[in-house]
Amino acid sequence: MTALDLGLPTIGGLDGVPTTTDKQTAKDFTSDQEVRWCPGCGDYAVLAAVRQFLPTLGIRRENTVFVSGIGCSSRFPYYLNTYGMHSIHGRAPTIATGLAVTRPDLSVWVVTGDGDALSIGGNHLIHALRRNVNLKILLFNNRIYGLTKGQYSPTSEEGKITKSTPFGSIDHPFNPISLALGAEATFVGRALDSDRKGLTAVLGAAAAHRGSALVEIFQDCPIFNDGSFDVLRKGDDADTRVIDVRHGEPIRFGTEGAYAVVRDGFGLRVAKTDEVDEADIVVHDQADLNLAFALSRLSDQDLTHTVTGIFRDVARTTYDDATRAQVNHERETRTPDLQALLNGRDTWAVVG
Amino acid sequence: MTTTDTAVDQPEVVQKDRVVIRFAGDSGDGMQLTGDRFTSETAAFGNDLSTLPNFPAEIRAPAGTLPGVSSFQLHFANYDILTPGDRPDVLVAMNPAALKANIADLPAGGVLIVNTDEFTKRNLTKVGYAANPLEDESLEQYQVHEVAMATLTMGALAETGLSKKDAERAKNMFALGLLSWMYHRPSEGTERFLREKFARRPDLAEANILAFRAGHAYGETTEAFAVTYEVKPAPLPAGTYRQITGNTALAYGIVAAGQTTGLPVFLGSYPITPASDILHELSKHKSFNVTTFQAEDEISGIGSALGASFGGALGVTTTSGPGVALKSETIGLAVALELPLLIIDVQRGGPSTGLPTKTEQADLLQAMFGRNGEAPVPVVAPQSPGDCFDAALEAVRIAVTYRTPVLLLSDGSLANGSEPWKVPDATTLAPVDPNFATEPNAPDGSGEFWPYLRDDDTLARPWAVPGTKGLEHRIGGLEKADGRGSISYDPANHDRMVRLRAAKIDGITVPDIEVDDPSGDADLLVIGWGSTYGPIGAGARRVRALGHKVATAHLRHLNPMPANLGEVLGRYDKVLVPEMNLGQLVMLLRAKYLVDAQSYTNVTGLPFKAEELQDLFLSYLSGVHA
Repeated sequence: MTALDLGLPTIGGLDGVPTTTDKQTAKDFTSDQEVRWCPGCGDYAVLAAVRQFLPTLGIRRENTVFVSGIGCSSRFPYYLNTYGMHSIHGRAPTIATGLAVTRPDLSVWVVTGDGDALSIGGNHLIHALRRNVNLKILLFNNRIYGLTKGQYSPTSEEGKITKSTPFGSIDHPFNPISLALGAEATFVGRALDSDRKGLTAVLGAAAAHRGSALVEIFQDCPIFNDGSFDVLRKGDDADTRVIDVRHGEPIRFGTEGAYAVVRDGFGLRVAKTDEVDEADIVVHDQADLNLAFALSRLSDQDLTHTVTGIFRDVARTTYDDATRAQVNHERETRTPDLQALLNGRDTWAVVG
Repeated sequence: MTTTDTAVDQPEVVQKDRVVIRFAGDSGDGMQLTGDRFTSETAAFGNDLSTLPNFPAEIRAPAGTLPGVSSFQLHFANYDILTPGDRPDVLVAMNPAALKANIADLPAGGVLIVNTDEFTKRNLTKVGYAANPLEDESLEQYQVHEVAMATLTMGALAETGLSKKDAERAKNMFALGLLSWMYHRPSEGTERFLREKFARRPDLAEANILAFRAGHAYGETTEAFAVTYEVKPAPLPAGTYRQITGNTALAYGIVAAGQTTGLPVFLGSYPITPASDILHELSKHKSFNVTTFQAEDEISGIGSALGASFGGALGVTTTSGPGVALKSETIGLAVALELPLLIIDVQRGGPSTGLPTKTEQADLLQAMFGRNGEAPVPVVAPQSPGDCFDAALEAVRIAVTYRTPVLLLSDGSLANGSEPWKVPDATTLAPVDPNFATEPNAPDGSGEFWPYLRDDDTLARPWAVPGTKGLEHRIGGLEKADGRGSISYDPANHDRMVRLRAAKIDGITVPDIEVDDPSGDADLLVIGWGSTYGPIGAGARRVRALGHKVATAHLRHLNPMPANLGEVLGRYDKVLVPEMNLGQLVMLLRAKYLVDAQSYTNVTGLPFKAEELQDLFLSYLSGVHA
């Protein structure tokens, strides 16, 4: 196949979406539906952050669409006063793809969970990412099935005791960041539900990115997997576990940057900053796929070292832009003539 | 066989009303192309025609074997015909496997044209011939013409410098040339077609044309053929005609529906036999604001189409039976969302992978009931290849007017079969108004938008697309409160919504069913749906020609059924329902109308034959089936 240069300029994720100068607030983005998550659920924090965040984009509320699948987090669209669809298990990326391809004037968001996105909907997730459709996928990862009342999920740790695994789960979990990178994602980020500032920063970058953006949000299920991310929030060593990366900056973390990430063969390792040469400390480059992959595997998924922030953010032609470019090119260069189409090349006349 | 250096006297020309020709060869012999070309020539000549391509699911089964045999049957006549014909008058067999697989269908006295070059000991052994049938007496009841097609073709192309292999491959055009001569077919179209097909390989184009001409000349200059045949053009209703297959007609219907509704078309589809050609065809027509999306699977095909519909496009997905099974959950979602969506099922033999390239009508009950919960979906079915165009427009009218997914049931024989099609005048196609919601509609004057407030007449809900200010709303698969559309688990509300969704589909306006009962007093009504229209009509004609009375009716709308259907069924002493399944329509008719309808079924993967139905109807008329 020959590659076609479509001559597309570099554009932002929200270009083409009508803007407004009206002052919009979180309240404007709040629907009249009563929120029905369990008390203490991490989804509340994410919802609050998103309601605060959406007005800052300056786009029209009616041009914002949230599409979800099935699961606790997938109730999300009901609570936002935008257009929304609560669809079926795992299929939200397909619905959002059809919408985004046909409607460049919409900001399209997918809300999904670890079961929805990585189990029943795994195929759609990886294909949406590789196609690079202009969708923002918020993957709420609580490492458990909540709505079906507590079975292990594809991100649950091995050995986990749940209702369906009374002898401990023998499934090996997915690493969602590694998976997304392997699926050719052009934007991959991660945040903690309780970290409003970090979450908002990643959401903002995802919105500005043109193409598929996967944002993994670690989120607590107080009923079936309580405290699963507490080691990242509290405790003496929390600040040595969370590694927040920023493009162009050396990766240091812990109190006063006591720790750093350095290269180690084909991978990375954590070292004490004062025990390594300054020059050996890795500078984060969100265009470096190998670095992003190594960061996603800095430790096992036991949260010993958990990178947050933006792993990867690169520009690549989006599927929807390219599709529209082909259609628009044909529409501009060919006058549609239905009668000519129906007649085809070979007709004959029957005279009555 | 004698050849002479000079042209012999022209053979006698015999007039025929109708002829059935079957080209049969190996999958690699180009039989489908040969049949297609003969069809085009025949269409251009003005005959009525009907075709039946029949090929294996394997792209190239082992060469020369029985499973690798591919055939193309064409029925053409000087009057309007309804089927591709039961048995061939002429069988062209390109190798021993093709002969063995097809000879049983050739009636005694039939014409058999054999490519002798392939009748080697090895090829004969491969298909189980102990002796060469051309050398014993097993074929003596036929008019056998032995032609060394490969040798003659290579001889004709000797000067071209083409490799032996390339030259030999043109033998199908030799066969086409010979048959074109025998039946006085025009040849300009084929020569032009070959030049275009091989535009990048002019040497191959010329070689194929040379082979085609050589076949023609062979007929003219040998004495092997004592007669040629002429079938005069058919007196069809006045108009402009073209030849069309069902899949092409469906694709054109979808393009046209984009124009009649004024909506951009979005096709989400995953390749599957025998539906893929609709995707191929639509992918060419972007200038009509048609977007095609080859999805990662069947579910994504329909999901993306439904997403496009939510955004105000005409969402379409195309598939076959196995794909419908995968799409079922999303069809249910579309029922709950009440959004327009067209689902095309080109049925094939089942269950499971079944017979991918053969035809069947066994998805009717899947279309009617194959979803969880009470999830009614309108079902429409085309009755001929050309009728696929009208069926697509009708399905879209229902989908857009009533905000509902609609299932269109085509099948393998319609998809690949072709017929002359009277091209419609594009300016006369009825417009359909998508009637998008633009204003808040709450009856309480609150200025809110209620996404499930229904139209009094159609019970359709408003179609409010994202980007419309003030109509922001959330929909989903959870049960919704009547009117307001917010989530509701209220028992009475659920009962009401289930009944409302059913009433909306039951209330769709569909035309009355028309009965063909020439004498007006037949006792037997034969009723069918889909591609059995042709064979049922042909069987009825034969029975009527024998002096019997039989009425026929054909269902375009399977759900809802026409309002007058119960009355029509009640008018006849006997009702007979032939189907290519184990009795799915008859089950619906018996259940819905308490009528003692009788079932006749056949699931061979091939269409009914006119003779088979003639015998069936006669058995009913004679009281064998009392």
